[in-house]
Amino acid sequence: MLIKEGSIRIPSGCAVSAIIDRSKKRFSGEAIIRSISVMHERSNGLGGGFAAYGIYPEYKDYYAFHIFYENAEVKKNCELFLDDNFDIINLSKIPTQKVSEIVDEPLIWRYFVIPHPTKLKASQLDEREFVVKAVFKINTTIKGAYVFSSGKNMGVFKAVGFPEDVGRFYKLDEYEGHCFTAHGRYPTNTPGWWGGAHPFALLDYSVIHNGEISSYDANRRSIEMYGYKCTLLTDTEVITYIIDYLHRKMELDFNEIAAVIAAPFWQTIARMPEDERKEHEYLRNVFSSLLITGPFSIIVGFQDGVVALNDRLKLRSMVVAEKDDLVYVASEESAIRIIEPTLDKIWYPKGGEAVIIKTKEESKSK
Amino acid sequence: MNYIYPEYEVVRNYARCIVCRACENQCANCVHRYIESENRMESKDDDCVNCHRCVTICPTRALKIIKSDHTFRYNSNWTGKTINEIFKQAESGGVLLSSMGNPENYPVYFDKILINASQVTNPSIDPLREPMETRVFLGSKVHKIKRDSNGKIDTSTAPQLDLSVPIMFSAMSYGSISYNAHESLAKAAEKLGIYYNTGEGGLHEDFYKYSKNTIVQVASGRFGVHKSYLDTAAAIEIKMGQGAKPGIGGHLPGAKIVGAVSRTRMIPEGSDAISPAPHHDIYSIEDLRQLVFSLKEATDYKKPVIVKIAAVHNVTAIASGVARSGADIIAIDGFRGGTGAAPTKIRDNVGIPIELALASVDKRLRDEGIRDRVSLIVGGSIRSSTDIIKAIALGADCVYIGSAALIAMGCHLCRSCQSGKCNWGIATQIPNLVKRLNPSIAYQRLVNLVTAWNHEMREMLGGMGINSIESLKGNRLMLRGVGLTDKELEILGIFHAGE
Repeated sequence: MLIKEGSIRIPSGCAVSAIIDRSKKRFSGEAIIRSISVMHERSNGLGGGFAAYGIYPEYKDYYAFHIFYENAEVKKNCELFLDDNFDIINLSKIPTQKVSEIVDEPLIWRYFVIPHPTKLKASQLDEREFVVKAVFKINTTIKGAYVFSSGKNMGVFKAVGFPEDVGRFYKLDEYEGHCFTAHGRYPTNTPGWWGGAHPFALLDYSVIHNGEISSYDANRRSIEMYGYKCTLLTDTEVITYIIDYLHRKMELDFNEIAAVIAAPFWQTIARMPEDERKEHEYLRNVFSSLLITGPFSIIVGFQDGVVALNDRLKLRSMVVAEKDDLVYVASEESAIRIIEPTLDKIWYPKGGEAVIIKTKEESKSK
Repeated sequence: MNYIYPEYEVVRNYARCIVCRACENQCANCVHRYIESENRMESKDDDCVNCHRCVTICPTRALKIIKSDHTFRYNSNWTGKTINEIFKQAESGGVLLSSMGNPENYPVYFDKILINASQVTNPSIDPLREPMETRVFLGSKVHKIKRDSNGKIDTSTAPQLDLSVPIMFSAMSYGSISYNAHESLAKAAEKLGIYYNTGEGGLHEDFYKYSKNTIVQVASGRFGVHKSYLDTAAAIEIKMGQGAKPGIGGHLPGAKIVGAVSRTRMIPEGSDAISPAPHHDIYSIEDLRQLVFSLKEATDYKKPVIVKIAAVHNVTAIASGVARSGADIIAIDGFRGGTGAAPTKIRDNVGIPIELALASVDKRLRDEGIRDRVSLIVGGSIRSSTDIIKAIALGADCVYIGSAALIAMGCHLCRSCQSGKCNWGIATQIPNLVKRLNPSIAYQRLVNLVTAWNHEMREMLGGMGINSIESLKGNRLMLRGVGLTDKELEILGIFHAGE
């Protein structure tokens, strides 16, 4: 019998791509599909997906839960749980169309929710922590239900298949957002179900990742001490939790997070001015178990921007480019040139150098 | 009448022997004798401890030591060893004494664990061409970010030890080992950017200059403990237990308490230094907390406090309690750990393997969410670079090496330290034996050993696609067991090879 991903750890190679409009102008998901499809050879048809930001303006104050269900029975159980803990403002099937390449689809539903005020108060948690706890509860205790997207005004769309087919399946060209990320997966084993496809998301954070991190079990066992539960055994899952922990709970900014997960070498730190050196020593020492080694290029989406980051040796390709307010990140330059042949600027970020792209409102407010 | 036939025989090749009498001169056990009338050497096997001093020094390779094939009538219940022990005790009426680590045939889990390497899906990293980091900090790590009004992170932490490589020399007291051995360890620690440990014998005034690399020990006898001893150290270790003899205190025979040893320990010459079994101010966990904080108060909260415990059956609960008692670092000593003198039966039958203790403690501290509150050092016994890699992948921050360090200095593991007549100048206080150990040579051999291990560790890390040792810590997916039962795998928290 085929073992479902989550019971085994599957390494993957991949393609990544992202487009963001810093002026927050919204555009169709068609461009990101074209971008990722150029890198067809970097995936093998066993996983593709997208994260789209700014797509639900009419529900921007509500958490959008995207959920896979194995069957109607599970759906009923999960909805009982949701009903118990949240006010559900809207629910619907996520619109899809038949695509011959995409098979074995689960039930895919979307809920716009807000924590039930009395439940929230009783939990003594802040609202986002309440939501995180609920997502973990569903994913670990309701067998056959899987929340794969839980942020506000954003959503993840993923499946087993080539990314361009996944995009067509979800009719991504009909959505408009100010930022899209895309992922094509090249797993070494058949994943068995759709959960392991990227992006991996928690609240507004979404992560797409190319690589196989050698620090995986050190990172997993460390982050699980802080209330996270790794159910998929993928690198992307653990990276997402680390970023959520460092950004939301520890309130580190993305440069500081890069100094933890893709820390400069000690020999580099030794050459820094004293203040900077002390800060890097502190972050490396205190969060030493969250250092990520091995190859990775990741693109983290969050409410007001994206961060692109390579491992400290730059063992995976990644290129960044700008054209007016648009910023592009991709595994290969071709994936950018296909949608914007004339660029203002294009560069290859160094290993461990976080490229932080924020939308303009956010930059002003900082 | 002596019932015991010698266990080892000295074999002399008379065709090679040039009667230089070096063997006679070198053997503190007086095994070799010159027969003037015949102009030839003779050996008395009964007194030979098989330390190889004569074998090594013999210029013509005329000597070797072999195990005697003399035997009792076959009996798998009453072995020769057991019979001889009874003979000895019937003769002396005393406790059997031994030295160094448990030599008995218990499983060595390190030898049933294999290490991973990268193939295809991620690249191995070449330590000859890329940075490969082995630096570690030991101490409490609290995940709480404080910022000043400008948003700058407050970078102060609990006191830490900063090591270039996660290896330290474990506690061996001045008294159990010689002045020259201590000097060699101190100098090597300084050169390597690591730490050595005074053990419970105090700190000789000549070695205060190595204070930046010195961990001082406070044990149940409190020998050699005073204000400047605590003040000078980089860290303070409370010794609650020792892997070789859990449940009892240190033993140093009076014969070794001479001159400077007596002064440093602050006890009269010739008196046996028998440390109490427990600390008489620690009968419970809350008492330990008081000693931890007394030592911190005495040193202004500037030094990490290590609590060293022996790996015993309920080590997980003990470690968890220690982690909540203000300790910055916990050192766990496995049942194969060495000693300068211990009752044989305790050494060989009390305690548990360090691999199992480490795996359980690391897991327990993580389950309770307090693993970052303390660092873990393990020892007893770490024999090679691969033992270190496996220990760190199981969850250790750092290892202690004792026996391996002594062997690097010349110890041949004859396990007779308690006699005080170490022919290699290590576990002795007899001046003409002590001077056989040249600190500038022994120190270099220690540096060489740690350097060699560091090279090997870097190669293995690179092979796993890891370029910093902290990414190996607790990374149990890098390990697989061979020939282990489901229960053993469960305790070690690793998969079987092939899984």
